[in-house]
Amino acid sequence: MKKTLTTLVLGTAMAAGPAMADLVFPDLSYRTGPYAAGGIPFSDGYNDYFTLLNERDGGIGGVKARVIECETGYNTEKGVECYEATKGEGALVYQPLSTGITYQLIPKVTADGIPLHTMGYGRTSAANGKVFSHVFNYPANYWNGASGAINHLLDINDGDLKGKKIALVYHNSAYGKEPIRTLEELSAKHGYELTLLPVDHPGQEQKSQWLQIRREKPDYVVMWGWGVMNQVAIQEAANIRFPMENFIGVWWSGAEFDVEPAGAKADGYKALTFTGLGMDYPVYDDLKKYVVDAGKAAGAGDQLGAVQYNRGLYAAMLAAEAAKTAQEIHGTGEITAAMMRDGMEALEMTNAKMESLGMAGFGPEFTVTCENHGGPGLVGVVQWDASTKTWNAISDFMPTDGEVIGKLIEEDSAAYASENNIEPRCE
Amino acid sequence: MFYREAGDFKTSYAEDSQTFPIKFDRIRYYVVLAVAFGIIPFLINDYWANAILLPFLIYSIAAIGLNILVGYCGQVSLGTGGFMAVGAYACYKLMTAFPEISMFIHVLLAGGITAGVCVLFGLPSLRIKGFYLAVATLAAQFFLVWLFNRVPWFYNYSASGQINAPERDTFGIIITGPNASAWATYLFCLIFLTACALVARNLTRGTVGRSWMAIRDMDIAAEIIGVNPLKAKLTAFAVSGFFIGIAGALFFAVYLGAVEVGEAFGIQKSFLVLFMVILGGLGSIFGSFAGAAFLVLLPVVLKVVGVDILGWPTDIVAHFQLVIVGALIIVFLIAEPHGMAQLWRVAKEKLRLWPFPH
Repeated sequence: MKKTLTTLVLGTAMAAGPAMADLVFPDLSYRTGPYAAGGIPFSDGYNDYFTLLNERDGGIGGVKARVIECETGYNTEKGVECYEATKGEGALVYQPLSTGITYQLIPKVTADGIPLHTMGYGRTSAANGKVFSHVFNYPANYWNGASGAINHLLDINDGDLKGKKIALVYHNSAYGKEPIRTLEELSAKHGYELTLLPVDHPGQEQKSQWLQIRREKPDYVVMWGWGVMNQVAIQEAANIRFPMENFIGVWWSGAEFDVEPAGAKADGYKALTFTGLGMDYPVYDDLKKYVVDAGKAAGAGDQLGAVQYNRGLYAAMLAAEAAKTAQEIHGTGEITAAMMRDGMEALEMTNAKMESLGMAGFGPEFTVTCENHGGPGLVGVVQWDASTKTWNAISDFMPTDGEVIGKLIEEDSAAYASENNIEPRCE
Repeated sequence: MFYREAGDFKTSYAEDSQTFPIKFDRIRYYVVLAVAFGIIPFLINDYWANAILLPFLIYSIAAIGLNILVGYCGQVSLGTGGFMAVGAYACYKLMTAFPEISMFIHVLLAGGITAGVCVLFGLPSLRIKGFYLAVATLAAQFFLVWLFNRVPWFYNYSASGQINAPERDTFGIIITGPNASAWATYLFCLIFLTACALVARNLTRGTVGRSWMAIRDMDIAAEIIGVNPLKAKLTAFAVSGFFIGIAGALFFAVYLGAVEVGEAFGIQKSFLVLFMVILGGLGSIFGSFAGAAFLVLLPVVLKVVGVDILGWPTDIVAHFQLVIVGALIIVFLIAEPHGMAQLWRVAKEKLRLWPFPH
């Protein structure tokens, strides 16, 4: 039986022969399973941006970009398989859109020398470039998100949260547990009372959590949800008539498909964001012209302008810009994963640059350095308007509590460094 | 023609009762071992190891473990995922507490701890059977996952609630962590699988195995002829737990490297291993291998054919995969309820008579 295995694998290896002279961007997507609602638009945006670059500019710096899509179903085992299957093709950067898969990949990419970009997810302390040489999570991370949510609550309470009760409804996984530490620190600092309400995968069953919210009547509910869990939570909140304006989701809990099932009752729901909203950017004209109208859009091509589509677009743009930076540094079009890493570490996003890309104000301005792989952590708040079915920004990209977060990042990354015998870099 | 016992004379009891009495079988067995130990380690790369061979080896161990419980002793268990989690967390705690000790010992100890837990949850089997026992083991599944999520001691108080395998070695060869080479991880798992399969095979041929099968076939009759149900059932749970614990420890430490209990060891893992056992063949060691190979390889093959060769969209292929695996399970259960091991048995019978069946 081992022999049949071997022949099968040989066949696999032959079939997946490499095509050289491309810039390879693997897309570990999930278009199936309970998290597909978020995975599909993100992946579409990611694919479409590279298609746009190929069609309009002939690639990045004259070299075509190639996206290899691999379905993970948000499952870590399949994620590992996808990583192993694609890394031999000259993959430049991985963006798995899953905190679980990120945890798997952090040691692997570091050993293989391929950068990993976890934009707004993954291991927060990877922002410390001194310890995590190949992992980047600019422009914002979960702890910025947690602090951003609390800052918004401070704003609407005139800077005082003493005695307020805040409940965190979270996906019971590495992803959902990520903000707890920050929220606890901030609770000590600002004097609010924190209740933790875990929701198990996939999150369709939340009756008991919302019963508890109904009983304990917290002033605010913060949510760290993803996929089908978001819709259910918002529906449950509507069912117990929890005031929507006191309900804030992280950026992964703030897309159209999360709020639309609850209809008019979801009006006023708030969410965090680190990217721009809607289609009011010049880049969309090009996308229409070169990608959609040419029939080259990824997936069904119906996700343009959706919140998570924009995130995919943004992730691809940051990857492409890092590749450009790498090409400039090393003076060659055909960069390797190691050069890509240098490009990511030297990435600088200015307003002028974003404007030239047709994405003015799409994300915050930031500079990545050797020490700081996390960017500035600027977070904005948006609110859902059910009558017009749009998200409206109610705050600019605002700074978060760097003092608290910086200390936590230092602590957590130091623990990781000592566990894995990592010498700090950048000195 | 070539597959027969004619001319293969046995002159001692030991020869007569060996595992593979037919010469061709014996040679085939040594060839497979030689290829697995002597050739594959030199050819293996990361993709082969991490996408195909490691999951196959590890699921085989788990399937052998579950097969002992379900196939040989007739005690239905839906707690495999939870017991694998016990193995994984035991291994993690041991790895972090005693970093200088060899991984071999950690994995064996993890198996031992799981055996203990498994016996504990096997106690109700003395009073309840069938569906009711399945429900009791289901409770073990949910309880264990909840426990590992709930008590921070198990994951060393890490912020994410995940456990991450640090770099550990055995005889100076790195086995876990990202710097482990493909051949080392492969051989490490292969050694465990070979040992487990040998132990399982010999246990099931001996007194213990016979008492398990007596309990499976009719527990009251077995009790009357002098089989102690307490001993038989609890040894089945212990041995099964030991193997499943080893599989869980390897799954976490060698294969994945980082694990989140709800996702990696949820109820779907219990079902997956149970499907392997049922498809492969209840009460057959070979069946455990066949079932594990089938369910590990099929998705990979379908993906390669669908995405890489035919160029279909990934989501269509993923959906097709569900349909095809589901359909194959139903077809198998209808066409061959005794699983792939039975197909193998029938093929062997035919080969013995071939080319003169009458």
